[in-house]
Amino acid sequence: MATVPAAAPARPAPARRRRRGPILPVVLVAPAVALLLLFTFAPAVYAFVLSLLRVHVSGGLLGTSTETVFAGVANYASTLADPEFWASLGRMLLVASVGVPSVLILATLFALCLDANRARLTGFSRLAIFLPYAVPGVIASLLWGFLYLPATSPIGGQFIDYFGNTTIFFAVANVAIWGVLGFNMVVLYTALQSIPRELFDAAQIDGASELQIAVRIKLPMIAPAMTLVALFSVIGALQLFNEPTTLKPLTNAISSTWVPLMRVYSDAFVNNDIYGGAASAFTLLVMTVVATVLVNVVGNRLSRRSAR
Amino acid sequence: MTAVVSSRRRSALRPSRDGRPGARRVSWVPTLILLAGAVYCLVPVLWILIAATKSNGELFSTPPLVPSFDGAFGSNMVGILTYDHGIWVRWALNTVIYAVGGGILSTFIAAAAGYALGKYRFRGSRFVFRSIVAAVLLPPVLLAVPQYLLLAPVGLTDTYWSVLLPQLVNPFAIYLCKIYAEASVADEIMEAARLDGASEWRIFHSIGLRLMSPALITVFLIQFIGVWNNFLLPFVMLTDRELYPLTLGMYGMIMPTGGQPNQFSLVIGGVFLSIVPLAAIFLSLQRFWKVDLLSGGVKL
Repeated sequence: MATVPAAAPARPAPARRRRRGPILPVVLVAPAVALLLLFTFAPAVYAFVLSLLRVHVSGGLLGTSTETVFAGVANYASTLADPEFWASLGRMLLVASVGVPSVLILATLFALCLDANRARLTGFSRLAIFLPYAVPGVIASLLWGFLYLPATSPIGGQFIDYFGNTTIFFAVANVAIWGVLGFNMVVLYTALQSIPRELFDAAQIDGASELQIAVRIKLPMIAPAMTLVALFSVIGALQLFNEPTTLKPLTNAISSTWVPLMRVYSDAFVNNDIYGGAASAFTLLVMTVVATVLVNVVGNRLSRRSAR
Repeated sequence: MTAVVSSRRRSALRPSRDGRPGARRVSWVPTLILLAGAVYCLVPVLWILIAATKSNGELFSTPPLVPSFDGAFGSNMVGILTYDHGIWVRWALNTVIYAVGGGILSTFIAAAAGYALGKYRFRGSRFVFRSIVAAVLLPPVLLAVPQYLLLAPVGLTDTYWSVLLPQLVNPFAIYLCKIYAEASVADEIMEAARLDGASEWRIFHSIGLRLMSPALITVFLIQFIGVWNNFLLPFVMLTDRELYPLTLGMYGMIMPTGGQPNQFSLVIGGVFLSIVPLAAIFLSLQRFWKVDLLSGGVKL
């Protein structure tokens, strides 16, 4: 009681206070709301506002002066008309088209194997596959960079050019896959563990093989979790930045605008065009929201169909 | 949770099912697939362990998967720890401030907000929750550049705050905490505590937080990984090398070499030192992960 002096004098008050609702939840939620407003919503809105502005340079006899003027959609028009923007988007999609299916397929495969009857050494394998999740993207990229470099490669970098025109997409995707595979595997494995075991016993009595149980029962039942994995991977792909940026010093195959987020950075900080950078950033933000909603809708529809 | 389920299966279900002849056979196909996956995930880590034992010259002259025992390991470690007057150690401490300090703070912020949204109805609570769900759609990495543009006029860039503050709130973490608070903090317990005269604050910190603690460990780990992984934010915010986290510092070390092999053994030593302690901590905390929180709780 000694720790709650405020409660003592206000003994009869609680009923009245309860009706108005306690003040505590508002206090508890306030820091999160304030931070969310300041560092999530405000930057998004500010980026949108900046994306509508541009610097107007007016020349005169007394020297040039610059002022910020309303530009309308001019920044978006120039972003969308820039072939390099689409090229960077295309490169990102290429990496994603390697990475997203690989993560989904491998994570599902490993999760099913972990869940299989009589598989051995599962504890060790699970830990080993999960381990790279503890390695941040930059460190993972440095690590794989050394494995790719011909001078130090233990995986045949002397014979295979990992930084070639096509191989670079696999090389970048591989670093990302390596990092997130274990986490997604554990998500799927946990989903598998929540399926009632009686289902498998019943199927086994009916003569279903382990493989048939995996494909016909387990897969459809973890479809929602697979949607989640796909969602994580697609969102991750849109934010691709750490891996190509870290590999860039090691190779000429990666330009400074290799993926859209690198372009946002170089627009804003290398070319000092914060308005153009804001426009690219906001475009990317809209694309992410659209992609998230799309993956969700498609995934939900697929898992509903497979549940039938 | 996972451990409980699997041990129950093994003890209660396996014997009855595996009583038939031939049931003790090992399934080789899944075992081998898993081992292949383990090799894929371990080889790079193994290589860095081996490479860390080599001097710069040995790195290029000896077979890549054979360790060297010429004492280069010690000099590599000394080299990285004393690099540029010990700045690597400074970076490591900064990383602890950003990832551990920021992680703990943001876990409490998420826990408080999640508890309030999950256990109380107040004016605007629904609107706040909907805004948080909407904010999940805005990935923090994409906001890094706008955050810089917003903080620059206030003069907050190039400070510890510029990296800490934007990562203190994670809508997804709040969402998880709300779901978990709803499921784990029973109304009856809160009502009983109220009848006993506990204040709402007392109920929160001695009942709510305690019941939510399994989820809070997961939320902390998610936050920790998020901060440790977020490279773009410190990359845009910081110019002072003294404030760098490890990731940014190590990136800077590879930068000037530009494929020139002179600093390789130093960078390899740094990679080694950043992976090993973290992997150890992570694997030991592994059993606290409640991933079912993610796979069961997420319905966007």
